[in-house]
Amino acid sequence: MESATHQIETTVETAKDLGLLPEEFEKIKDILGRTPNFNELSIYSVMWSEHCSYKNSIKWLKTLPKDGPHMLVKAGEENAGLVDIGDGLGCAFKIESHNHPSALEPYQGAATGVGGINRDIFTMGARPVAQLNSLRFGPIENARTKWLIKGVVKGIGDYGNAFGIPVLGGEVFFDECYNGNPLVNAMSVGIMDSKKIISATAHGKGNPVYIVGSATGKDGIAGAAFASKDLSEASAEDIPAVQVGDPFQEKLLLEATLELANTDAIVGMQDMGAAGITCSTSEMSAKTGCGMDIYLDKVPTRQEGMLPWEILLSESQERMLVVAHKGKEKIVEDIFEKWDLHAVQIGEVTDGGILNYYMNGELVAQVPGESLVLGGGAPVYEREYKEPSYFAKANEFKIEQIQEPTNYKEIADFLTTHPNIASKKWVTEQYDSMVGTINMSTNNPSDAGIVNIKHSEKAIAVTVDCNARYVHANPEEGCAIAVSEAARNIVCSGGTPSAITNCLNFGNPYNPEVYWQFVGAINGMRKACEKFKTPVTGGNVSFYNQTKVGDKEEAVFPTPTIGMIGIVENKANITGLGFKKENDIIYLIGKSVNDINCSEYLYSYHKVKLSGTPYFNIEEEYQLQYTISEAIKSKLLQSAHDCADGGLYITLLESSLVNNLGFSITSDSSIRKDAFLFGEAQSRVVVSVSPKNEQQLLDLLSKNNVLNYKLGVVSENDIIIDNENFGSVSSKKQLFDTSLESYINKN
Amino acid sequence: MKFGVITFPGSNCNQDMIYVLREIMNQEVVELWHKDSDLKGVDFVVLPGGFSYGDYLRSGAIARFSPIMESVVSFAKKGGYVMGICNGFQILCEAGLVPGTLLHNNNQKFICKNVFLKTVNNNTLVTNKIPTEKILKIPIAHGEGRYFIGNDGLKSLHDNNQILFNYCSESGTVSDEFNPNGSLENIAGVCNLQKNVFGMMPHPERAADTELGNTDGKLLFESILNNVLA
Repeated sequence: MESATHQIETTVETAKDLGLLPEEFEKIKDILGRTPNFNELSIYSVMWSEHCSYKNSIKWLKTLPKDGPHMLVKAGEENAGLVDIGDGLGCAFKIESHNHPSALEPYQGAATGVGGINRDIFTMGARPVAQLNSLRFGPIENARTKWLIKGVVKGIGDYGNAFGIPVLGGEVFFDECYNGNPLVNAMSVGIMDSKKIISATAHGKGNPVYIVGSATGKDGIAGAAFASKDLSEASAEDIPAVQVGDPFQEKLLLEATLELANTDAIVGMQDMGAAGITCSTSEMSAKTGCGMDIYLDKVPTRQEGMLPWEILLSESQERMLVVAHKGKEKIVEDIFEKWDLHAVQIGEVTDGGILNYYMNGELVAQVPGESLVLGGGAPVYEREYKEPSYFAKANEFKIEQIQEPTNYKEIADFLTTHPNIASKKWVTEQYDSMVGTINMSTNNPSDAGIVNIKHSEKAIAVTVDCNARYVHANPEEGCAIAVSEAARNIVCSGGTPSAITNCLNFGNPYNPEVYWQFVGAINGMRKACEKFKTPVTGGNVSFYNQTKVGDKEEAVFPTPTIGMIGIVENKANITGLGFKKENDIIYLIGKSVNDINCSEYLYSYHKVKLSGTPYFNIEEEYQLQYTISEAIKSKLLQSAHDCADGGLYITLLESSLVNNLGFSITSDSSIRKDAFLFGEAQSRVVVSVSPKNEQQLLDLLSKNNVLNYKLGVVSENDIIIDNENFGSVSSKKQLFDTSLESYINKN
Repeated sequence: MKFGVITFPGSNCNQDMIYVLREIMNQEVVELWHKDSDLKGVDFVVLPGGFSYGDYLRSGAIARFSPIMESVVSFAKKGGYVMGICNGFQILCEAGLVPGTLLHNNNQKFICKNVFLKTVNNNTLVTNKIPTEKILKIPIAHGEGRYFIGNDGLKSLHDNNQILFNYCSESGTVSDEFNPNGSLENIAGVCNLQKNVFGMMPHPERAADTELGNTDGKLLFESILNNVLA
């Protein structure tokens, strides 16, 4: 192994520069029985990074429920989980973060996040049908936030719109804690013939290995490895830190891949995301214990003179590794030729589990594939954790500390125009939400997005949820609430929760207080997923999300974003969130509680930044959801909308805005009026029911022991609470629809 | 009736159009490929929406040079029916088959939402079944949809009744307030002088399925069939 690049001396210092620990360097030496050369050390550094190995999280992730009655592919088995939706169809879905690239370069960072998550779906043979995204930024008033949100939204839009997959849901949230470290989580959902799944696996000695799609460049290398002064002083400046996306190539790759899935030519396929060729060759080999001989000089490159480690680590987008059956090369090559894409054989499968990488006839790296991967030789750590001091303090807050207000109209408008609550139209109208003609929510919005399955009675409900403020207040309860809210959204839309994917955004895992949040969140997620029978099919972990508060580095709120899918067995059950008709009766289903904990009202209006999680009882939640589902199936409800951020008032307002109908209600005098209108106690749903079905609904609620309160009626166009007129729906619509845009355009 | 729907690399509304024509309108549809030049004996060619060739140069600017477009141009010149939706409209403009051009939206952003349309000329192949007073709700989804044409061209459009649709309010008011992208005179769709080539930015194929809760766009497809079958 001799060449200019490999004479770089590799010491424990080199390993540390690459992000490895000294003990990891020793472990590599043990595995190889020698000191690794620079290429090999680079390979281990990316494969043993948190992103690829989950070394600091896998111990806890393994405690999450993986199996359920509908699971075809469980977490970790393929690029994404696969749920059986009946009629021979499977639904593949996954969420992933692109936080750090988006913080540096919001447009490309977000765009390549969308590209990457979609490749995870279609590399399995599924056609993506819906996208969702969950975005978090610092305060909207900051110039940097405006720059970030404009770039991120344009990046997601430009990539997704051209790629041609509609956006059906998402979240946008602003808080001080995300200042400088935005969270950009992208989710993709695909549908496939469940028999045509393409596995991310390699086997069969002599089978050809192809790289397909875009040429390989130096993009993304600095992100995965480092720009080392030891290494290449001259070339460092031409390495962009963030990958560059090309949705047109991705669209071609999608069509070519799905054509390939219909042939018998392929053994397996995996997309190239983090750690590019290194990750795809090692993971595909390790799955069966085979090896590969890879000739790096055959890889089509964008630049001349790329070094072996650069080719190995490049994170250029829109590339796949394909293992074909020997003798069927022409089928593969013809399909890619048709779509004007590269398909170049770069090696072949071997026996024995060793990955040999050659450059111009010379062996430049030799590693056992199994030693690199999660579940194989990659390290697994148990991290320490300890309860942070703020936790006890949060629980000290009592509602009595806040004096009951008198200016309800003013508070209502404050919340209506708050960037966390106001319409996200400025964002969502930049995304194509209707391409594919499957979005059933455009003309009948519901709590979850509804994906039409053409030629079927069924539909898929999709949602992404996490109130990180609750998770921060109490990671275990807060994360259980996130799962419950996702399930509630699916149920209110007429679906049955099926499975989840998670995107775990946390601070530094080596900080015991951050790790305590992580452990708590996993425990809460496990509890709720078991209760709702929604196994975790996969996702990703993003640690090291830190933000500067004053002159101190602090972790972002623990943000375990939950992406959930559900099955709507019959499209006739789809229930919108908007009021339908004047004089329909409005009920609040669930328990009213004297609680304003963690509400936007308490946090932003009263500026109380620390309080416990809102009232939540998982048994009551389960009973509520079960009952709502029964009411929907019995066709009793005109609308159903879950009570979430902003509380009951905002829930009612959102229901009224859909069809420009007003409401007239009376508050529950046994509860403080601010808690009643603006509190965020969980497990509550606002429904409207036509008078002829009212008794039947009440019978059902009493049979199931679910508390409820008769609020009032749907009216023509005014909002009236306790005989006080809050204004017309059209005036509130104006406030709600234009607030975010005016914040963003304000200098 | 035999429809041909062209797939350019980067087309992404081709399957939506095929679904509507085949499954909802029960018509024969053949898929046409940009590298071919054979139109396979179709009666009506559709250029669907999407981002042909990535739209990296200018929307529609490269697609017009594909082999299939040579055939489409001569088909249209002989009086054959051609319709372009969104990116398809942009390609027709670039190819000179319909007058005018499509610029970046005046807010410089991609816009996707339902808009309302007033039919200006109800006496064309694609609009004859739309009742005179009916305001259509049909979605748009584009970044470059601001219709523009010079004064002479605009006069000619008016003189020859070539404007198909104007953007308007839900109740039919045509004004700047209801112009989503800054199009000249709120123009949303036009046809050529001979009235056999049609282009529009809104997507009627996205408003043609009862399952999606809006079938206003179906009136355009019904118009086409009505006229041809009559």
